[in-house]
Amino acid sequence: MLGYIGKRLLYMIPTLFGMSLISFMIIQLPPGDYLTSMIATMSESGQAVDPAQIQRLKEIYGFDDPFYIQYLKWMWGIVSRGDFGWSFEWNQPVSGLIWNRMGSTLVISLLSLIFVWAVALPIGIYSAVRRGSFGDHVFTFLGFIGLAVPNFILALTLMYVAYRYLGQSVGGLNSPEYAEAPWSLAKLGDFMMHLWIPIIIIGASGTAAMIRILRANLTDELHKPYVITARAKGLPEYKVILKYPVRIALNPFVSAIGWVLPHLVSGVTIIAIVLNLPTAGPLLFRALVSQDMYLAGSFILLLSALTLVGVLLSDLLLALLDPRIRFN
Amino acid sequence: MTDLSPDVVLSVENLSIDFTLRTHILHAVQNVNFQLKRGKTLCLVGESGSGKSVTARTLLQIVDKPGRIVDGSILLRNGTKVTDITKLAPTGAAMRAIRGKRIGLIFQEPMSSLSPVHTIGSQIIEAIRLHSDLDKKAARARMVELLSQVEIPDPDTMADRYTFEFSGGMRQRAMIAMALASNPDILIADEPTTALDVTTQAEILDLIKRLQVERGMAMLLITHDMGVVAEVADEVAVMRFGRVVETGAVDKIFHDAEHSYTRQLLASTVKLTSHVKAADSTAALSANAPEPVLSVRNVSKVFGWNNGAKALRAVDNASFDLYPGENLGIVGESGSGKTTLGRLILRITEPTEGKVVYRREPGSEVDVTRLDKHGLRAFHRDARLVFQDPFASLNPRMTVKEVIGDPLIVNGLAKGKALEERVAELMRLVGLDPLGMERYPHAFSGGQRQRICIARALALDPKIIIADEATAALDVSIRSQILDLLLDLRQRLNLSFIFISHDISVVRYFCDRVAVMHKGRIVELGEAEQICTAPKEAYTKSLISAVPNPDPRDKRLMHRHRFVAPAIEPAHV
Repeated sequence: MLGYIGKRLLYMIPTLFGMSLISFMIIQLPPGDYLTSMIATMSESGQAVDPAQIQRLKEIYGFDDPFYIQYLKWMWGIVSRGDFGWSFEWNQPVSGLIWNRMGSTLVISLLSLIFVWAVALPIGIYSAVRRGSFGDHVFTFLGFIGLAVPNFILALTLMYVAYRYLGQSVGGLNSPEYAEAPWSLAKLGDFMMHLWIPIIIIGASGTAAMIRILRANLTDELHKPYVITARAKGLPEYKVILKYPVRIALNPFVSAIGWVLPHLVSGVTIIAIVLNLPTAGPLLFRALVSQDMYLAGSFILLLSALTLVGVLLSDLLLALLDPRIRFN
Repeated sequence: MTDLSPDVVLSVENLSIDFTLRTHILHAVQNVNFQLKRGKTLCLVGESGSGKSVTARTLLQIVDKPGRIVDGSILLRNGTKVTDITKLAPTGAAMRAIRGKRIGLIFQEPMSSLSPVHTIGSQIIEAIRLHSDLDKKAARARMVELLSQVEIPDPDTMADRYTFEFSGGMRQRAMIAMALASNPDILIADEPTTALDVTTQAEILDLIKRLQVERGMAMLLITHDMGVVAEVADEVAVMRFGRVVETGAVDKIFHDAEHSYTRQLLASTVKLTSHVKAADSTAALSANAPEPVLSVRNVSKVFGWNNGAKALRAVDNASFDLYPGENLGIVGESGSGKTTLGRLILRITEPTEGKVVYRREPGSEVDVTRLDKHGLRAFHRDARLVFQDPFASLNPRMTVKEVIGDPLIVNGLAKGKALEERVAELMRLVGLDPLGMERYPHAFSGGQRQRICIARALALDPKIIIADEATAALDVSIRSQILDLLLDLRQRLNLSFIFISHDISVVRYFCDRVAVMHKGRIVELGEAEQICTAPKEAYTKSLISAVPNPDPRDKRLMHRHRFVAPAIEPAHV
């Protein structure tokens, strides 16, 4: 088992290099670079552009170097001194910008994942066991709404409700008065108050999808002979269902860890913008628009790393859960 | 409530079960009566759909949703009192105390009737602790004891293994251990050996019988196999269309049956224990025998690294001839390589070594193993395959006409009206009404579907048909009909058959010569009658003697020949 984990970790290194190379390449694909877009903005606003200064910047950042030299310089910086490069737009080191954002992204991802699990598991089991009942129809209806309504509309609605009827400050993860304050119990409470809206919205479609998956899987499993065996032993009904078919239908739940993170970053960017969440999505989006290549590249690199770790974790959990996987 | 006579443990009285379906009510079981007696075995016999499994599951109230008991009672002796199971709530504590504790259940699929994600041991311990207050350690000791009672070697280690590490027979043993965990007084065995090889079946039947005698349990054994009935039953109830048509002592049922259906069922079973008298079955073997239509020489298939430690010789140096108009049987247990051999002949699987010579006309020789793509297509027109599962081998989205006509279209042989006429001709040939041409396979029964598969195989006027377990999925009465059809076709169309089967009785009935396979090798090849009555090799002897004999006066299993493999290789999982 340890050997397997080690092997998987080793495989991750070339994968990460490949991913960073490809993303770096894609970021560079559009014509021009950060300087050209900066010059364009400056001339538009009537500012004088000093050619000497441009030349100096070009030399410092190596914009004239071929692509692979730029990539290797960047990579070497990361590997040798943990330096992810310079964000042109923010005028500060990428690493200073990125860790905060990654932290909040990770917290929101994990909490949404737990939300998805906590809601989808009981509802999925209920829907499968009482298939065709009134409750099942209600949940199916709600599930389809969750799948069909665009998330940003749900976000706007919830924000309106929270602001209008609950009198809550909405948007972001902290009220303005706590924004710059150091962490304290009060700030934590405020943070929690803000958290429920994004978690519900981000989790909504995932929950709906997960309920459908669990319901379908469990329906297949419920009539397998081993369930009848368990019942014929004399086990109480709830134990029959929870211990046997649910256990086997659980695999997609665990695999979810692998995809929830990339989904959260790429798919939820619009929500994050609407809700003004300090997550990686909006920042990555802005960095891509302004061709702030080191910032964008570093984000993609870190997200790939997290995704790979997520996939590895879910694979290990699957193996733990299902001996058939472990032994093959 | 009437009292039960002293030796009766459970009495089913006027039991009726309905399934309320979308369009109608299905009377799955109607007015069924039988009694289970201490230490005795009642066999419930019937073909698929006769309601026997539903009846058995009702005793535990574990019938699936739309099914419900509409009438009758199930009286279970409970100490000095009598409990009516039909009056208990299916999920209530009283019912749960009966399940497992009083009535144990084993059923057909040893593959899927145990959970794949829990160890064998933990599943048995659960059953033990449910109905007793043993602590974990004592329960484990009891579990190990149970596993050794069902003759699982090294039970302490095996208990921590998972189902997929067990063979079919071992799984069924574990299942039996679980059913016996709380010393039930009634054991229900629903087709416990149907999915097993004959030798494994014989061992499991032995085991069940021994445990039953030791414990004085009453047993309800459900089966479609009259041979199994004759071997183990004390009493028999014959079911058809949800009704018990005849009940009686086993001897009376086999030798003095009253109901016509019982006699019909027996006739189709007994028929398969003799060899059909083909007009010229010996002609093929006489001195002036014609040239064989197919010669298989030293064919082998190695899976895995060539000659490496883990290489598996699925087929090892197989040689035989197939003469025109001959039925050659290949028998063997699962994993013996018989299906692979069939696939090697057609080159669906590429042989590792050896050659297959095909003679379309006398004198012309084609080495199938050297054929190019084009030549192989021509060979495949002459040698066709019929599969085991008539449900899975027909595309449900194609009409019968499309299914049967497909080989003709693919080979560009017929279209339009000519195609339709040919399909009609083929359907008449296999005993189907051409009017059903536009219907889809789901409208046909298992036997009719197998006829469709045969018609499809015949579409290109083949010389050779390789039938891989072609009758294994069919009920016994349908089975003999299909075999008769094939025999008739052989005569009319001058076909040669290679008939791959695990079922000795089918091979005996149908084949002129039989090759017995064991671990990839052909261990014995000879005339069917000789193989079945006077086998020479030890393995063949054990195989033949493990076939249940459908005559309760001549129980064969009790004194069967046991084969011990010369060198036991470690089982690969």
